[in-house]
Amino acid sequence: MALNLKANITRPDDFYQELIDMQRDMSEDDVQLMNAKLILILSNHIGDQETLSEAMLLARG
Amino acid sequence: MLNTYTWPEYDYVQSEDQKNSTSVKRHPVIVIGAGLIGLTAALDCAKRGIPVIVMDDNNTVSIGSRAVCYAKRPLEIWDRLEVADRVVEKGISWKLGKVFFKEDLAYEFDLLPEEGHKMPAITNLQQYYCEEFLVDEVVKQSDLIDLRWKHKLISLTRHDDYTSLQVETPDGVFTMECDWLIACDGANSNIRKMVHASFTGQFFQDRFLIADVVMKADFPTERWFWFDPLFHKNQSALLHKQSDDVWRLDFQMGWDVDPHEATKRENVIPLIKAMLGHGTDFELEWVSIYQFACRRIDNFRYGRIVFAGDAAHQVSPFGARGANTGIQDIDNLIWKLKMVMDGAAPDSLIDSYDEERAFAADDNLLNSTRSTDFITPKNRASRYFRDAVLELSKKYDFARPLVNSGRLSTPTPYVNSSLNTVDEDDFDGTMCPGTNCIDAPIVKDGKDGWLLHQLGDGFTVLIFGDYPENTSISSGDISAEVITVGGQFEDRQGLLTTRYDGGKGAVYLIRPDQHVAARWRTFDQEKITTAMARATGQR
Repeated sequence: MALNLKANITRPDDFYQELIDMQRDMSEDDVQLMNAKLILILSNHIGDQETLSEAMLLARG
Repeated sequence: MLNTYTWPEYDYVQSEDQKNSTSVKRHPVIVIGAGLIGLTAALDCAKRGIPVIVMDDNNTVSIGSRAVCYAKRPLEIWDRLEVADRVVEKGISWKLGKVFFKEDLAYEFDLLPEEGHKMPAITNLQQYYCEEFLVDEVVKQSDLIDLRWKHKLISLTRHDDYTSLQVETPDGVFTMECDWLIACDGANSNIRKMVHASFTGQFFQDRFLIADVVMKADFPTERWFWFDPLFHKNQSALLHKQSDDVWRLDFQMGWDVDPHEATKRENVIPLIKAMLGHGTDFELEWVSIYQFACRRIDNFRYGRIVFAGDAAHQVSPFGARGANTGIQDIDNLIWKLKMVMDGAAPDSLIDSYDEERAFAADDNLLNSTRSTDFITPKNRASRYFRDAVLELSKKYDFARPLVNSGRLSTPTPYVNSSLNTVDEDDFDGTMCPGTNCIDAPIVKDGKDGWLLHQLGDGFTVLIFGDYPENTSISSGDISAEVITVGGQFEDRQGLLTTRYDGGKGAVYLIRPDQHVAARWRTFDQEKITTAMARATGQR
């Protein structure tokens, strides 16, 4: 499995708060657009198709 | 009547078959449909020495402008049939494109066509011009091609080794027979219905309005595509140049639009004004509305009937894959037909037409469906992703390859074809068994020329490096012409050797449709013969 599912975020509480705070006052529409951009930006960073497929399948549940 | 074009009217002539209708005549090949694909089929038959009859229920060329963009490979096929020069000369070659999102330019692209090819990467021309040029060439070849206007196929009966046709003309109904029938009767093919073929795929719940306008405005010769522009909210639009100062405009209209209302002049004009700017003078040349589907026939061959072009597959217009892929169908079919008709290859060679072109059709359908999914998102989530890609593409390079306003048509290599011989040696570059031969400049008898013109009408063995003298290559009744780089012609610029990775010596076996069947580093007559037998279905 190429996807890292071990805890890897350096400061989990800080990261989570930053994400939530950032979207707190945004409209539903803007949040959706931001999330879509975030997925695209992170996907490009990862790059590897196999890892991306694994992540998408995992997220779908 | 258009301002820039007058449709030719071709004469109906009663055929000898109909005059002597008491005795039914059997013909080798009949093509139904004198559109781009049917006319190309006729020319390729004549090129290969097959007498052919082409019949069309109409007596003119395409009404309205449909296909616009012709890509390099189909142009190379038309060049083999001696019509490409006129198309390129009359057409508009372009390489720059702009993609807009809302009011902003998202990014620009340059197709960066590779130098050293005879044909341009892409040429735009109204379909009626192309058909007219094809008809002119067909008329020149009247010794082999019999083009019959106002001949409507009304029914057919299939037999094991021929087809019987009921044909209606202004003089009534009569019967004809043919060994082979090539169905080029378009997306609504009657022949497809007559053989009860299935034609399935995906329909898209969207409509597009085409408008051809004449204007002398100084828009650059570029392809402009808008996603969600201010002048046409929540939809897409396209601007593309054709010949005679005619511009193709394309507006996405959505599913709920009333097609009759939408095409009314009073509704079309304001839409165009909003797009072009209110100061731009233009005249409306043509307007129509269409809905499209991505689908294909279950088998390109029904015994002695073969399907080509839109009769076999229908794609969305994004990426110019309709006419371009149909021309390549013909390129693939006719040499096989000739060999089977001559008894040089088994009947099963025609099955490889379905194998190779259905594979290509599926590739085109996939590309076309992907473009459509990007241009017309199916739900809110995909709309967010689409808009996210477009916004990111304004600033960031990484998002640009995700923008899909139509991927331009490129040939689908027959990578898994049963006619190929798998490489046993290592080669660099983009070519492999199943790809079409890349063109390259050469010098012959001191004059500049092109590689593709050196390839013969049959099989060709193209050699880089040494080979035994006085060698002839044949497999059964099929022989190959041997040509060597440095022998029949020179590769002064070195591009040919680079493109074919011939520096260390190379031997290419090339099919009559200019596709690579097999290749090796060294010359081995037995291997070539075996590969040729495989490429002609003899083993």
